[in-house]
Amino acid sequence: MSDTTLIKVIRPPRGWWSINWAEIWRYRELLFFLAWRDVKVRYKQTTLGILWAFIQPFVQLVIFSIVFGRFAKMNSDGLPYPVFAYAGLLPWHFFAETLNRSSGSVLGSTSLITKVYFPRLIIPIAASVSCCVDFLIAIGILVGLMVYYGIFPGFGILAVPLLIVLTLMPALGAGILLSALTVMFRDVKYVVPFAVQAWFFATPVVYSVSVVPARYRWVFMLNPMSGVVSAYRAALLGTSFHWTYAALTLVLGIVLLAWGLFLFRRMERYFADVI
Amino acid sequence: MKEPVIKVRRLGKKYRIGLRRERYRTLRDVIGEWLSHQGMASGTADDEIWALRDVSFDVHEGEVLGIIGRNGAGKSTLLKILAQITYPTEGEVEIRGRVGSLLEVGTGFHPELTGRENIFLNGAILGMTRPEITRKFDQIVAFAEVDKFLDTPIKRYSSGMQMRLAFAVAAHLDPEILLVDEVLAVGDVAFQKKCLNKMDEVTTKGRTVLLVSHNLEAIQHLCRRALLIDRGAIVRIGDPEQVCDFYRQLVQGADGNRAFSYEGGNYKIRSVVIEGEGGILKTFAPAVITADVAFAKKCSDPHVHLFFRNADGTNIFGLGSGDLAGQTVVQASESFRFVFRIDEMPLLSGDYQLGVKVRSYDLGINEIVPVEFPFRVSQTPVYGTTPVSTRWHGNVGVRASVQILPSRDLKVQGA
Repeated sequence: MSDTTLIKVIRPPRGWWSINWAEIWRYRELLFFLAWRDVKVRYKQTTLGILWAFIQPFVQLVIFSIVFGRFAKMNSDGLPYPVFAYAGLLPWHFFAETLNRSSGSVLGSTSLITKVYFPRLIIPIAASVSCCVDFLIAIGILVGLMVYYGIFPGFGILAVPLLIVLTLMPALGAGILLSALTVMFRDVKYVVPFAVQAWFFATPVVYSVSVVPARYRWVFMLNPMSGVVSAYRAALLGTSFHWTYAALTLVLGIVLLAWGLFLFRRMERYFADVI
Repeated sequence: MKEPVIKVRRLGKKYRIGLRRERYRTLRDVIGEWLSHQGMASGTADDEIWALRDVSFDVHEGEVLGIIGRNGAGKSTLLKILAQITYPTEGEVEIRGRVGSLLEVGTGFHPELTGRENIFLNGAILGMTRPEITRKFDQIVAFAEVDKFLDTPIKRYSSGMQMRLAFAVAAHLDPEILLVDEVLAVGDVAFQKKCLNKMDEVTTKGRTVLLVSHNLEAIQHLCRRALLIDRGAIVRIGDPEQVCDFYRQLVQGADGNRAFSYEGGNYKIRSVVIEGEGGILKTFAPAVITADVAFAKKCSDPHVHLFFRNADGTNIFGLGSGDLAGQTVVQASESFRFVFRIDEMPLLSGDYQLGVKVRSYDLGINEIVPVEFPFRVSQTPVYGTTPVSTRWHGNVGVRASVQILPSRDLKVQGA
C-alpha cells in the first residue's frame, strides 16, 4: 500500500467503464483465497479427497471408449481411441467445469456481494482458477495413457501453456457472461446444463473433425471449442494442424471474453440490489 | 481546516420496489417489458422508492460519527453506498483513505473450513493482507477465545463461538476509515462488553469511524457526532445526546416511558419507569413499573403505593406494595427497588398520570408525592377494530362479548 492517500469518488454509474485491472491486481490475494477455498472445500469430508479429480474424467473416458470406441467404432484419426478421446476430453472437461462453476459463482456468493466491496470480477475468475487445479491433475491421466500406448509428443507439448490460455478465453468469457446473467435472470441456471451438453456434441471430443464434411467445416469451426480440441490433439498427438482455424479460435475466444467482460461490467452495479 | 475525509453531496438512491423485495426478474418479465417498449432501467413512478434523497454531510479525520434512524430509514443504504456495495442514483461521495466495512460479521465464513483457515479467508475478504493477518493472528485467536478449536471446522463451533471468531477478525481490521453496522449486538453480555471496549479502543486511536446502531447508549458513549436519518433524509446532525433525544421522541412520540424522579425531604425517588412490551404500553398487555426509592436512613418497612389517574386526576385504580407483598418488613436498607408487574394493563389508550405515595413508619414518612408522572397508553384495537375513545369507552377496558338475537315478544308501544 502506498503512502499517497487514495481518493475515491463514488458516483452514479454512467455508460460503461473500462475495467480497473489495477484494482483487480490489488485484490489478487482475495482471488487467491477464494480459489484456495474452492479447492479446499470441494473434496472435504470425502474419503478419496483430491483423487476425485482423477476418477471423474477417468470413468468418463472408460465409458466413452466402450460406447464410441468399441461399439460405434468411431474414426479416431488412426490413433488408439482412448488416447484420441482423452486428448479431447481433457480440454473439454476443463472448459465445461470452468463454465459451470464460474456461471454459478456470483449467485453462490450472495453474502459476499451484499456485504463487502471488492471487484466482483474476482468471483468468476477465482472459480476458474480452481478448475485449473483439477485440469493439471487430470493431465496426469493423459501422461499415463500416452506412456501405455507408447505415443510420445513432439515439440507440440511446449504449446500446452498457450493451449490453456486458448481454452480459458472462451470458458471464462462464457462463464463471466452467464454468471452476470444468472444474477439478473434465474432462468439461466436451468439453461446452462442443457447448453453445455449440446455444446459437448457440437465439439469433436468423441469423434474426429474429419467426419465433418469439408464444406461445412467452417461453420463447425465457429464453435471455439472445436478449434481448442483440435489444437490439443495436434499439439499432443501430432494430428494435422490448421493455422487458419487456430487463428479463428483465438479471435472467437477474444470476442467471447470481451463480450463477457463488457456485460458483466454493465450488470455488476445492480448485483447487490437484485441478487 | 483540513479537507474532510468523507464528502457526501446530494446523495440519492432509488430502488424499484420489485428489486427491493428480492423478486428477481425472469426472462418472461424482460420479454414482457420489451414488448411494452420499456427499457431495463425504467419503471413506473409508483413502484420506485427513494431509500435516500438529497443527503449531504462531511466527516473529518478522526471523527466518530454515529448514524441512527428507524428500520428502513436509509441508514444501511447510506453505509452500503459508502462501502461501494451498491451505487447511488444521484449525487456523489468523495472518500480519502482506505475504507474497511463491517456490515456483518463473519462474511464469507465457510462452515467446512477450520477456524484457522477462516481467519485467513475472512481477513482477506475484509481487505487485510496476508502478512497483516499473520501478524495479528495470535491476537485474533486470543480475543475470540477459540485457541483449542483452531483446527476444527467451524461448523462444529457453537453459534457463540462463531460470532466471537467473526468479531475478533473484524475487530482487528484497521483501515483509515471504518464503516460499522450493528455488530455490537452479538454474543453474550460479557462478550458484548469486550466488543464495546474494543470499539472504544478503535475510536480513541484517531480512526475515522461511521457507526450505525440502534444502541443509543453505545452511540452516545462512542461518538462525538451523530446523524439521524428518517425516510431517506437527514433530520438532525450534531451532538449525540441531542440527536439521540430527538430520535427517542421521534420513535416513541409521547408514548415514551421516560424515567421520572423527585426529591423529597428525607426520601428521594430516583426514578419511576413504566414500561410495556417493546417499550409501548398497550391495553391488555403486560406492563412493569419500576420505582427506585432511597431514604435518608436505613429502614425495614418501605412501602410504595401507585395511583393510576386519568387526565382529570380521577383515581382509576391503585396498587400498594404492602397489599401485594402481604407483609411490609424486609431486610433493612437505605434504598429499595419496587417492581410492580401488571399482567394485563386495563387502561384504554390515552394520557394518564401516575401518582406515588411513599411510606415508612420506621422513619415516620407517609407522604403522597406532590408531583405526578405522565404516561400514555397507545391506541390498540380492544373492541373489534373501533378506535377506543374516552367519551364512549371510558378509561378501562374489559373483556366482553355480545349476542344479538331476533325476538318477537317485544313491541314498541304505538307501533
